Amino acid sequence: MEATDSKAEKNGDRKAGTWRVKVGLAQMLKGGVIMDVVTPEHAKIAEAAGACAVMALERVPADIRADGGVARMSDPGLIQRIMDTVSIPVMAKARIGHFVEAQILQAIGVDYIDESEVLTPADEAHHINKHDFTVPFVCGCRNLGEALRRIGEGAAMIRTKGEAGTGDVVEAVRHARAVMGEIRRLQNMPAEELMAYAKSIGAPYDLVKETRALGRMPVVNFAAGGVATPADAALMMQLGVDGVFVGSGIFKSGDPAKRGKAIVAAVTHYNDPQVLAEVSRDLGEPMVGIQVSELPKEDLLAGRGW
Amino acid sequence: MAVHPQNLVFNGGRRQPKVQKARVGLLALQGDFEEHANMLRRLGVQAVETRRPAQLKTLDALIVPGGESTTIGKLAQQFGLMAPLKDFIRRGRPVWGTCAGLIFLSRHIHAAGSGADVVPPRLAVMDISVNRNAFGRQVDSFEADLAVPSLEQGVRRPFRAVFIRAPRIEKVGPAVEVLATLPDGQTIVAARQGNLLATSFHPELTADTRFHAYFLGMLRKARL
Repeated sequence: MEATDSKAEKNGDRKAGTWRVKVGLAQMLKGGVIMDVVTPEHAKIAEAAGACAVMALERVPADIRADGGVARMSDPGLIQRIMDTVSIPVMAKARIGHFVEAQILQAIGVDYIDESEVLTPADEAHHINKHDFTVPFVCGCRNLGEALRRIGEGAAMIRTKGEAGTGDVVEAVRHARAVMGEIRRLQNMPAEELMAYAKSIGAPYDLVKETRALGRMPVVNFAAGGVATPADAALMMQLGVDGVFVGSGIFKSGDPAKRGKAIVAAVTHYNDPQVLAEVSRDLGEPMVGIQVSELPKEDLLAGRGW
Repeated sequence: MAVHPQNLVFNGGRRQPKVQKARVGLLALQGDFEEHANMLRRLGVQAVETRRPAQLKTLDALIVPGGESTTIGKLAQQFGLMAPLKDFIRRGRPVWGTCAGLIFLSRHIHAAGSGADVVPPRLAVMDISVNRNAFGRQVDSFEADLAVPSLEQGVRRPFRAVFIRAPRIEKVGPAVEVLATLPDGQTIVAARQGNLLATSFHPELTADTRFHAYFLGMLRKARL
């Protein structure tokens, strides 16, 4: 017993994979743009544009949507090549509930796992028990209840889902407004109403209490799904998110390097319309996009997640 | 002069005169500047998010937060902050860099583990050699107790330090004072050179305000 104690003291009681370390990396990403990339060359362009991290995958959501079929975790070889190419953090996606894909991604050393509705779910009732892992997870949400369920399962970062691969920001706005609105409502609620509220939104009681005390989501919260322009990105920031994911919006546009750089600047200067005007100039063609309201219900990705 | 209660801040069990109207800037280009702001507010200091060169004129000190060093460096360059920041430092204003902020201050960068042929734009004002992501990837990020003599006034209490994909200081110049190493006694993780402070870990992610109080102490001395 004594020997263990003095050993622990010698290495300063060093611990990896703690909750603080997992949440901490997301805190370092705040105010930044995380870009989807499908090749090492894309990853280089994203890094040069000022991305704070990249999401390594085989197809961007717009192509997953167009191709149909089952969308799975990307080839570990591709992810590894992207990890070897850039010095910024690399994230990768696992299917909802597919804990073995997550084990594989942890084994190759990705920096964050996105348990993502963009891929075809592997389990229609349960998500991954993310507490089991050293690597941190980010998960999508459409409202506060869904966000707090994911945090309860061990997600160290949240993103509002939006509707991936559309280039239409309307769903991202809907989900961000839902989350922020629910937090505002919670802050005005007397303590005796919290349990019933937790029950009604299907969220763990302790996390509901914590959210009320903090006046914000207990972990970092990014926006995702439909951001295609610097103005879209700044809109999400002004609505109160901590940063943005841009999926198809950059590499499905006419000039990815320029658009990527502009979106990065727009997230930093989200409250400065002069800068936003400047960086929005002459960006070339944006991604074409699909209006979400014209999509058949069964084609919507945001409904995946339980 | 009588010290009025409203001019006192509670700080680690000791009461000390507050720095009058001190405005500490946070380089708010990207990263965890909000966490630093919360710590400063707890110490009774005004925290100012800073994104444009003109804002520097009104500041007494500046913190460069944790974040992604390439992102912060590129944005600082793009928005014309490099020369004004160097000037700010030359005028003796205290500047503290945590993690990415440490990289932003450092003169020399070692090639790191994975694909780091990109050297981030930086101020290169502090005479230290830095190895980026020296401890590995996120799965190797860790927290540990450090002995930091400069923070201990009589009472030995370790500082719980959080290292996130952290850089390490490989070498320091003659003007640099080493403030902390890992318990191995060799790996340098905190250092000071005059008005410059650098830590490879994140005091802003803990509830321990002693490093922030130490930085405000540098500001107090700079203003005398």
